[in-house]
Amino acid sequence: MTRTAALMSYEDVLGRFEPVLGLEVHVELSTATKMFCGCANRFGAEPNTLVCPTCLGLPGSLPVLNRAAVESVMRIGLALNCLIAPWCRFARKNYFYPDMPKNFQISQYDEPIAFDGSLVVALDDGSEFTVGIERVHMEEDTGKSLHRGSSTGRIHGSDHSLLDYNRAGVPLMEIVTKPVPGAGHRAPEVARCYVTALRDLLRALHVSDVRMDQGSLRCDANVSLTPRGASAFGTRTETKNVNSLRSVERAVRHEMQRQAEVLAGGGTVIQETRHFDEASWTTMAGRRKETSEDYRYFPEPDLVPIAPSQQWIEDLRTTLPELPWQRRARAQADWGLSDAELRDLVNAGALELIAATVDAGAPPSEARSWWVSYLTQQANTRDVELAELPVTPAQLARLIEMVTEGALTTTLARQVVDGVLAGEGEPDEVVAARGLAVVSDDSELQAAVDEALAAQPEVAEKIRGGKTAAAGAVVGAVMKATGGKADAKRVHELVLARCRP
Amino acid sequence: MTELTRWTAAALAQAIHTREVTAVAVTRAHLDRIAAVDGPVHAFLHVDAGGALAAAARVDAALDDDEAPASPLAGVPLALKDVFTTADMPTTCGSRTLRGWQPPYDATVVGRLREAGVVILGKTNMDEFAMGSSTENSGYGPTHNPWDLDRIPGGSGGGASASLAAFEAPLAIGTDTGGSIRQPSSVTGTVGVKPTYGGVSRYGLVAFSSSLDQGGPCARTVLDAALLHEIIGGHDPLDSTSIDAPVPPVAEAARQGSSGDLHGVRVGVVTQFSGEGYQPGVLRAFEAAVEQLTALGAEVVEVSCPSFDYALPAYYLIAPSECSSNLARFDGMRYGLREGDDGSRSAEEVMARTRDAGFGAEVKRRIMIGTYALSSGYYDAYYGQAQKVRTLIRRDFEAAFERVDVLVSPTTPTTAFRIGERVDDPLAMYLADLCTIPANLAGNAALSVPCGLSEEDGMPVGLQVMSPTQADHRGYRLAAAYEAARDAAAGESLINAVPQLEVATR
Repeated sequence: MTRTAALMSYEDVLGRFEPVLGLEVHVELSTATKMFCGCANRFGAEPNTLVCPTCLGLPGSLPVLNRAAVESVMRIGLALNCLIAPWCRFARKNYFYPDMPKNFQISQYDEPIAFDGSLVVALDDGSEFTVGIERVHMEEDTGKSLHRGSSTGRIHGSDHSLLDYNRAGVPLMEIVTKPVPGAGHRAPEVARCYVTALRDLLRALHVSDVRMDQGSLRCDANVSLTPRGASAFGTRTETKNVNSLRSVERAVRHEMQRQAEVLAGGGTVIQETRHFDEASWTTMAGRRKETSEDYRYFPEPDLVPIAPSQQWIEDLRTTLPELPWQRRARAQADWGLSDAELRDLVNAGALELIAATVDAGAPPSEARSWWVSYLTQQANTRDVELAELPVTPAQLARLIEMVTEGALTTTLARQVVDGVLAGEGEPDEVVAARGLAVVSDDSELQAAVDEALAAQPEVAEKIRGGKTAAAGAVVGAVMKATGGKADAKRVHELVLARCRP
Repeated sequence: MTELTRWTAAALAQAIHTREVTAVAVTRAHLDRIAAVDGPVHAFLHVDAGGALAAAARVDAALDDDEAPASPLAGVPLALKDVFTTADMPTTCGSRTLRGWQPPYDATVVGRLREAGVVILGKTNMDEFAMGSSTENSGYGPTHNPWDLDRIPGGSGGGASASLAAFEAPLAIGTDTGGSIRQPSSVTGTVGVKPTYGGVSRYGLVAFSSSLDQGGPCARTVLDAALLHEIIGGHDPLDSTSIDAPVPPVAEAARQGSSGDLHGVRVGVVTQFSGEGYQPGVLRAFEAAVEQLTALGAEVVEVSCPSFDYALPAYYLIAPSECSSNLARFDGMRYGLREGDDGSRSAEEVMARTRDAGFGAEVKRRIMIGTYALSSGYYDAYYGQAQKVRTLIRRDFEAAFERVDVLVSPTTPTTAFRIGERVDDPLAMYLADLCTIPANLAGNAALSVPCGLSEEDGMPVGLQVMSPTQADHRGYRLAAAYEAARDAAAGESLINAVPQLEVATR
């Protein structure tokens, strides 16, 4: 049904054009209550249960600003190296839509609370790319429309619509980049890595769930192409419905190729909103409006201006946690990682987990080893993110401690992890319940060693002849015989003692 | 004993609190009066006899239990402008689009009245969404002026002012965006106060123009208005623009003023509010009032506020701009009228039909003016310029209040005009608010107190007293002093000159 637009090859695009990006990221803040009323800010409740006169926009109701939301946005602004406006206001953005209770949205227009910052983005090869931040502003979310009676769930062809206002008034923040030129062939990667970096930052600040799948982080990607040798930016398009990190990359790449084909054919790029289609990895034009929307912005008269004192700003600055890039730099120095090793950890989503495990008392090398090997395998098997595994850094640190003390062998420790992942409780509980304690009782081990030596007389002879490296085979046999519960180091000592020449 | 309906609120409260009379008897007297005269007056859109009697009975029961009165006005009946939300009565704002709408919550003002034991009789008529100066823009028919039923009772709060002048209620609550409390008070011979912006909570006041709207007290005496002011005023955390400071001592000022001494008070007569367009009888009554103030010891000077000449045009950009946004929510999607929803039309079409059917001509006119004024490319020339005028007006007030304590003017250039006289001439209608608008734009306090009858038509004239922001008490003191002198000179209260209304026999 959808005609796929012709695309220029990616190499040709880059030969003829320089891409310019602009990224607008909407983030739902995870405050306890909504932006302008006391209703709970929660995802997934029964429709229209988290509502009151204010977020329903009933006649006579008035907004009251949520201080926690303002503080969240100011902290984000500070973490993005932005200036905080000494005085700013909300504005009304006027347009009619049934899921918007007042038929205007309270937003910030020409007076954002934070502006002029930057974010240093780590790319896949470990190099860094700095993205300028134009502004960070606050607004309220709208309700949700559910269109019924059509096969697609879209408004076209539907015969009625249901409205859920639970989301109406949820605090939203919009972070807008400055135009990003100079990314060249890496533009799609820069877009993805920017959103990743922003997500990690917001997660570290504990200001949002940043779940792209649930819509708590939404990205609109603006793309334009400048012909090589030209200086003015080309006409841009804005692509919406980009719901995953991979989609950000694919949408930008597709839009570069599509626009290049249009321009190369003598056409002009139309400034429009496009929608990303997850299935085909393409962008499609939205419904074109005959006239451009005039939102008739004016200062919101129901709210007073926000004028944060310098003291308030500085107090908030002190609440900033160690930020992802600071943590990366510290981890690299403390743990003695190469750039490549650091990159792998970051890409695997393991850095935060390792750091937390180290903070819980584990040696960095052990912590790293567990997260990048055995636990990464487990995550892959279960097809979840590493961070989503049901094991905590504290639990892993306890496990490593038991191994270091000699209470567990590595093999046993893996079984303990399996128990924890299976929901059998804390590591100590799993050890007790599964009877996984190491056997280090010499008399018990001695019998097993003698048995193993008797079974392999030729090996015993070699050891006696001075080839101590051959002891490994006997140790292996003992470990096998004891189901991995033996203390391998002690077994090795006993083997050598028995075979002393 | 004269009829209870002719008593002041203060006198009624005292009689109720000393158990001379029950609150139920007082309420019943007013309900009877409403039943008898409201046919021709049409001050009320909704009368809640059951709710009012129950509220009065609760006041009596508490007094029977020897509890202290919940407030100085506990047990006294009140007429509420139908622009405040009430959880137990419909709220229509005089608009067909809200016919029968039952809000799920009480406005803060309503909650405070209930806590104070004030008995709410019902909801009064008004120009649709408070846009108008005559109540002729009500979707439910006009209210008539008890002084002359062929004339308008002012607007937008004509129902509130008429209910006072018809002795249907001793107290009323109005809202004043450009004069909607003061102008109706002026043309009905009653007292009406626009407090300092932020002095009375707007939570539950259905917005016309958010930066200008202000609820306030209406009564037949200055002291009654002051007592009501203290009940409804004060900070409300649900209204971000509400002032977080104590209510100015208005009742004390009213009592102090009634001694009649104004020595040491400096009064400025605004020179802009005179001349062409002013009814001669209005100007003569105003001049006589100023002479009276001098006689009471006030020092009277002329003060020029040149920016006031631009107040009316600035107001007719700012108020429509805000209203175009505030009234966008009336789209038939969630509550109120829904028109054309027969399954064949899109939500967009149903919204358009609902708004066309639900709004009257004046509301549509202002929505269109405001939409235009806020449009991209016109914003700076219209809304932006109007905001600059607003700043200039504020500066004129500040400069004036360095020289004088209060400013005075006629409240409105003419007495009550005849019903129908200005309906086809919006600009003539807008002139009724010429003198009242500056205080809305600057946010300071202002009130209207009756100052005699115009010699041409025998209709009441109002004296406007404007005070600085948060100095509402100054106006009360001056008005109370003037009121006392006026009544002493006449030998009785001006309101007693209202003709007897034909009482419907039941």
